[in-house]
Amino acid sequence: MQDLTEAFGLAAALAIGFDADLMEIVALSLHVSLTATLIACAIGFPLGAALAVSRFPGRGAALSLVNALMGLPPVVVGLIVYIHLSRAGPLGFLGLLYTPTAMIIAQVILIAPIIAALSRQVIEDLHREYAEPLRSLGAGRGAMIGALLYDGRFALSTVALAGFGRAVAEVGAVMIVGGNIDHLTRVMTTAIALETSKGDLALALALGIILLLIALGVNAAATAVKLRAERAAYA
Amino acid sequence: MLDRMGEAALSPGADISCGAPLLEARGLSFAVGETSLIDGLDLRLDAAAATIVMGPNGAGKSLLLRLLHGLVAPTGGAVLWRGAALGESGRRAQAMVFQQATLLRRSVAANIDFALARRTRRAWGRRDPSRRDALLAQVGLLGKARQPARRLSGGEQQRLALARALATEPEILFLDEPTASLDPASTAMIEALVQGVKARGVKIVFVTHDVGQARRLADEVVFVHRGRVAERAAAATFFSAPASAPAQAYLDGRLVL
Repeated sequence: MQDLTEAFGLAAALAIGFDADLMEIVALSLHVSLTATLIACAIGFPLGAALAVSRFPGRGAALSLVNALMGLPPVVVGLIVYIHLSRAGPLGFLGLLYTPTAMIIAQVILIAPIIAALSRQVIEDLHREYAEPLRSLGAGRGAMIGALLYDGRFALSTVALAGFGRAVAEVGAVMIVGGNIDHLTRVMTTAIALETSKGDLALALALGIILLLIALGVNAAATAVKLRAERAAYA
Repeated sequence: MLDRMGEAALSPGADISCGAPLLEARGLSFAVGETSLIDGLDLRLDAAAATIVMGPNGAGKSLLLRLLHGLVAPTGGAVLWRGAALGESGRRAQAMVFQQATLLRRSVAANIDFALARRTRRAWGRRDPSRRDALLAQVGLLGKARQPARRLSGGEQQRLALARALATEPEILFLDEPTASLDPASTAMIEALVQGVKARGVKIVFVTHDVGQARRLADEVVFVHRGRVAERAAAATFFSAPASAPAQAYLDGRLVL
C-alpha cells in the first residue's frame, strides 16, 4: 500500500518535472510502438480484407493460422527475431540487433496477425452488406477491397488501437532483441522490468502508471478523431 | 411491339417479340441441397418495355433477378446475354437496384463517383462532376450532393441508389422491390423515374408485390410460382384474364401455396 502511494507521488513528480530520462524512454516507446502499429496495419489490413472477400481451397486453414498467430508468445517471437538478427544469423549482416529497428520488427510480427485477424472479421461483416451492390456496379476484387477498407475505416481504427495496445504493453520480445540498453533501446516496459528486478517497486509502479496514462492518452486522442470523422460521415 | 403484347396470354417462357433476346434464361436452375428454388426456368427478355415479375413470397423472384444479373451462379442451365453466355461484359451492361439501398458510407456525390469510376475503370483518376451532377439532378438530389448518403431519408436513399445504378449506363435495369418500404409519395417519385428510364430505351425488369404498381408500370407480367414461370402475358391480358390458377388466386388476394 505504501509502495502504491509512493508510486503515485513519484509518477506525478517524474511527469510534472519532465524528467529527461523518462521523456527519452517515453519517446522511444511511442516511436517503436506507433511505427510497428503503422507497419502492421499496412500489412494486416489488406491481408485481412483479402481473406474476408476471397474464397479459395484452404481458406479455413489460413483463417485458423492467422487466428492462432494472435496468441504468439512474445518471448518466442523475440527469440526467433534474435536468432535471425544475431551476428551468426541469416540477417546478422544488417547489424540490427539491439536497435529500435529490431524492436519494431519484433512488434510488427507480434501484432500484424492480430490486426489481420480482427480486420478480417470487420471487413467480412461489411462485405456481407456490400458484396452484391458493389458487384452489381461492376466493382472487381481490387475496387471491392478498396471500398471495404475505406468504408470500414472507423471500425478498423479500433483494430489499430488494439494492435497499438498490445505493442506498447509488450516486454518479452523487445527485451530480447533490444537488450534494454540505457539511452538506446530502453522503453517503458523494459524499464519497469528492470526497476522491479532491482527491487525499486515504487519507481516500477510509477513507470507503470505513466505507461497506462500514455496508452489512455493515445486511445483518447484516436477515439476523439474517430468520433469527429464518424459524425461527419454519419457511417 | 406493345400492340402484339396486348394479344392473348402467352405460354410460359414464350418470346413476345421477334429477333435475338437481350437476356435469356435456358433451363435455369438453382438448388440448395435437395431443395430446388429455381426449377428449369426458361425466359426470354427483349429490349425496351417493362417486365414486371410477380409472385408470392418464396416463389424465387429475387433469386431469379440475381441469377439473371450474374450475382448468383446457377446450379443448372444458363443465362445468355445477346445469345452468348453471360460474362463480365454482359454483366457490366446491367445494373440493379435492391430492396434495401446499400449506400457507401460516404457523401451523396461520392456514391455516384464510385459508380462512374467503375464505368470508366478509372478508380483514382479525375472525376466527371458534370455527369455526376446531371444524375443527381435527375433524381432531385443535386442540392444534397455533399451530405452523407446515409443521412438521407429512405426515399432519397432509394433515389440515390437508382442514380448510382444509372451511372453505369445499363441496357437493362433490374429493380427488386425498390419501393417496398417507401411511402406513397416516394413510391410515386421512383415510379416516375423508372418510367423516364424506360422511355430512354432501357429495359426494365421490376419485382413487386404491389398489384397497383404492377398495373401502372407493366408492359408485360411474368408470374413466378415455385421457381418456375407459371404465366407470362401482356399486362392487359394478365390483369383482365390471368390464365394460370396461381396467378388468378394471387390477383384475387387468395393464399397461393
